[in-house]
Amino acid sequence: MIRIDSVTKRYPDGTVAVDRLSLEIPDRSITVFVGPSGCGKTTTLRMINRMVDPSEGRILLDGVDIQAQPVNTLRRSMGYVIQNAGLFQHRSIVDNIATVPRLLGWSKQKARARAAELMARVGLDASLAKRYPYQLSGGQQQRVGVARALAADPPVLLMDEPFSAVDPVVRKGLQDELLRIQEELGKTIVFVTHDIDEAIKLGTMVAVMRTGGKLAQFAPPAELLSAPADAFVEDFLGADRGIRRLSFFPSGELELRTAPVVAIDAEAGQIAARAADEAPYLLVTDLDGKPLGWSAAEDLTAGAIDRDRLLSYGRPFVPGTDSLRAALDGAVLSPTGWAVGVDATGRVVGVVSQQIIGEAIRSAHATGRSTAKVGR
Amino acid sequence: MNGFFDIPSDLQHSYFGLVGLHLREALLPVLAGLLAALPIAQLCVRFRRLYAPVLGVTTVLYAIPSLAFFVVLIDYTGQSEITVMIPLAVYSLVVFVPAIVDGVRSVPQETLDAATAMGLGPVRRYLQVQLPIAAPAIIAGLRVATVSSISLVSVGMLIGNQGGLGNLLHDGMIYNQPRLVWLSVVGTAVLAVLADTVLVAVRLLLTPWMPRDTHGIRTAGADTQTTTRPEPTAVALEDAVR
Repeated sequence: MIRIDSVTKRYPDGTVAVDRLSLEIPDRSITVFVGPSGCGKTTTLRMINRMVDPSEGRILLDGVDIQAQPVNTLRRSMGYVIQNAGLFQHRSIVDNIATVPRLLGWSKQKARARAAELMARVGLDASLAKRYPYQLSGGQQQRVGVARALAADPPVLLMDEPFSAVDPVVRKGLQDELLRIQEELGKTIVFVTHDIDEAIKLGTMVAVMRTGGKLAQFAPPAELLSAPADAFVEDFLGADRGIRRLSFFPSGELELRTAPVVAIDAEAGQIAARAADEAPYLLVTDLDGKPLGWSAAEDLTAGAIDRDRLLSYGRPFVPGTDSLRAALDGAVLSPTGWAVGVDATGRVVGVVSQQIIGEAIRSAHATGRSTAKVGR
Repeated sequence: MNGFFDIPSDLQHSYFGLVGLHLREALLPVLAGLLAALPIAQLCVRFRRLYAPVLGVTTVLYAIPSLAFFVVLIDYTGQSEITVMIPLAVYSLVVFVPAIVDGVRSVPQETLDAATAMGLGPVRRYLQVQLPIAAPAIIAGLRVATVSSISLVSVGMLIGNQGGLGNLLHDGMIYNQPRLVWLSVVGTAVLAVLADTVLVAVRLLLTPWMPRDTHGIRTAGADTQTTTRPEPTAVALEDAVR
């Protein structure tokens, strides 16, 4: 565990970058520092591996002051990932990744074997090993940066805005990859970003900092969204706070309806029977059970259902895996106001209306169940 | 005269002996200049305020005519090769210091931060990161210094038999033999071109990590530095005028 104990960083010109910051970074989880530029988040990160020395206070790693061990030993026990990757442009990818193992005295073969293993872990093709950084895309370079940080299997990983310089699509991919790697490796990750959405997506705990290096709030993301400590945090979280909070409500307890679902080869009697149910629309599926679209019951002619005239079914969600936010999104996207629940293979398991989702949200609020993090 | 490469005996060397002498007198000062420039440049990188005055001093030294240098030095080192080589080494600083400083400074801050964060101490950081990344800029400076030095050696003729192929040029003129003049002038030019070619090859070998479509300073990662370094030929011509 990393404990930051009333740490202050004051520069000779009088600027205070970090002001009496105290918090505990839990082991084997992702702690995100987020805030506007100049809030001291990067300075805080750099104090953990002593790239910046605090003016006051101290930082403890597993109960021991980080000043107690030689600085380079400390740094080699912490992976560091930086914006734009900061790769060594004069070294091949495999040698970049092998940097810290080599510094620790591993043999060249062992270090390279380890590097190859890590390339696979971060999703880099082995054929890139002998390439040089200039031959890689920004996203690939950033993966190399992560692999290089993980090379000596450090317990702590420091990440300074690692995904800020890549485009949104690549960024989402890298974020998902980080969560996957974290699930496998369970590192203590300290992550700095200015992007609150990234903080909420990745963080187990989120520290919101404000200009002047003060901690505004330190809480799990769901709590941040439901109970921002003050106007600054609320403002920083931005619009849609309520909708975004739904990401933390599981969809597993939604009561799905199976009645308004018909297959494309349904007979007239079947259509009539299903239409008699509460839903004004019927969801048509293909023979495999995958959704095709909605239609009013009276527009469906048995044996001659025209796929092209069906209404959009929005974006299906996976009950239990996805959050209520995904379910609501699906319901809002479809002109019928109903969301389609599918299983992992994409087959329809049932449909649910905005109204039912609304009731689920109300009851989730009532029971205050919003701690566990749910997928998208 | 028997052969094309036969030269007057007062030169005390065969033609190729003279070529060897010329190369030694040109290249040793460049090497010495490079070795002296590395720590000077490192000081300029470390203490930014030093850079402007150091650059000023090297420029002033470069502006001293070689003849003036000889007059001063001849009291100490006599009519020797050393007397020719010292000014050449000093002149090379004007190229090397900015080349190395620009090269080392062009290493992106992220790369340096990453090196520090991975636990590379200052010495490792300099030797394993900054210097290799500065290599293309240093070699660019080396090319200019080498070519300029090869053309400059000839003035050693002024203090006696210390000008390499320059002595041959002198002999050609006093004996009124165009063949000797050609041997000297073309020989010097061929040496310069060969030396430059070798250095280009060395750079290609040392920097497989550089994008191949550009010729010269790096583009990947670092912002392309607009170094206003003179072209080798321009410097050589300028020196020939001295």
